Amino acid sequence: MSTTPVPKIAVRGLEKSFGRKRVLDGVEIEIAAGESLVIIGGSGTGKSVLIKCILGLMHPEAGSIRIDGAETVRLGRAARAQLMRRFGMLFQGSALFDSLSVWENVAFGLIQGRGMPRQQAREIALQKLAAVGLGPEVGLLSPAELSGGMQKRVALARAIAAEPEILFFDEPTTGLDPIMADVINRLIIDLVRGLGATAVSITHDMTSARKIAHRIAMLHKGRIIWQGPAAEIDRTDNPFVDQFVHGRAEGPIEMEIRAA
Amino acid sequence: MIAFLASVGAAFLAFLAAAGRLVIFAGQALAAGLTPPYYPRLILRQIVYVGYYSLPVVGLTALFTGMVLALQSYTGFARFNAEGAIATVVVLSVTRELGPVIAGLMVAGRVGAAMAAEIGTMRVTDQIDALTTLSTDPLRYLVLPRLLAGLVTLPVLVLVADIIGVFGGFLVGTYKLNFNPVTYLTQTEQYLETMDVVSGLVKAAVFGFLVALMGCYHGYQSRGGAEGVGQATTHAVVSASILILLSNYFLTQAFFAQ
Repeated sequence: MSTTPVPKIAVRGLEKSFGRKRVLDGVEIEIAAGESLVIIGGSGTGKSVLIKCILGLMHPEAGSIRIDGAETVRLGRAARAQLMRRFGMLFQGSALFDSLSVWENVAFGLIQGRGMPRQQAREIALQKLAAVGLGPEVGLLSPAELSGGMQKRVALARAIAAEPEILFFDEPTTGLDPIMADVINRLIIDLVRGLGATAVSITHDMTSARKIAHRIAMLHKGRIIWQGPAAEIDRTDNPFVDQFVHGRAEGPIEMEIRAA
Repeated sequence: MIAFLASVGAAFLAFLAAAGRLVIFAGQALAAGLTPPYYPRLILRQIVYVGYYSLPVVGLTALFTGMVLALQSYTGFARFNAEGAIATVVVLSVTRELGPVIAGLMVAGRVGAAMAAEIGTMRVTDQIDALTTLSTDPLRYLVLPRLLAGLVTLPVLVLVADIIGVFGGFLVGTYKLNFNPVTYLTQTEQYLETMDVVSGLVKAAVFGFLVALMGCYHGYQSRGGAEGVGQATTHAVVSASILILLSNYFLTQAFFAQ
């Protein structure tokens, strides 16, 4: 008799509103261990809110978020902090700390979050910087001295520094030129595979989505309206997905915007 | 009429809600200090920033306040031959009221605004969320060191301001108003009581805490990019200034009301 494996992340009936605006309206999705899921969707459809709810940075009004089968929605501060150790996050704008050098940014979670000695954390930070193609000399710079692409790579190094089980990527290629975007995509694939981590990404960039995803889900009006293997995204007859993937102004999404 | 009352009621409820959020914010930040990890380096850095770097502006303000106070007192007291009380008036005014209030207001403008701008920028650029994802409590890491620095540093700053303010009065008294230096200093010391200085230092601690709290709170609540950070900075300075003047009355009443 075979048993169904417990999903790494299971989201059930997730609801989140800001004032009268319901951003998440019963999101249902499961992500298997080791899987790379990319969530696509238009601006303001709640992709970032969904990730922030899973991370515990925002609190949903209703619904359930289970990590390895354990409920996480109403965790206390201490338990939440413990859970955070299993996560790594790449923010859209990199969110590097201005007041710290690059290596201190990468080592931050190790030093402050885990109490690792600075020298040991520095060595790990330099290894992670090397893993994203940055030399040790970059470690001494401040984030303001880096280009957008380098900042993204430093943020990526920071996200993987503690070798988390689950990685979140918020618009990893936004604002980058196509070549640098491809570099980031490859790094994400290699690093996620190398860590054996589960990855959840959100993006508008379909090239990036096709490249890094095992599975793609589309969020629209606070609900997952389509999900399937990455290879099927171009073959679906879902008109919302079809319009989004091909970037057409005409279609059901635009019509709803006009009606609003 | 009902609509008017409803709007007044809504405004009052909104005020209570905001006050409640502020108290919870302060409580959570202070409670974070009861358990490790502690960040002594960050506290020290904030103490230097709040205290040492505020010294020139507070010192200069105190100096001129003491000087003006001596001049104005002389102008008024000369009308009924009470010039001899000038030294006492200067030292009591500076230690009880002007030292802590002026230092508090100057620090609110310099430090409170900077705290709100820095934390607000961290909020709108996701740096505060990044702290959380790196298993670091932002209240413990960002807010608590600033609150403690405000609480501890302002009394020291005010003590220095008191000395400089009295010295300003002494300069005007002796060089411009031709008081005998020894007489001036004797009169300065004669009616000064420990409570006068201590009350000013207690006020300073409260003001320092309020300035840091308003800077951190408004920065932490920032939303909406540069405009939101600008608003947070304004709110931090205005609310800290109002709270300083408001709490000054109640503290004065608590210390000196018969």
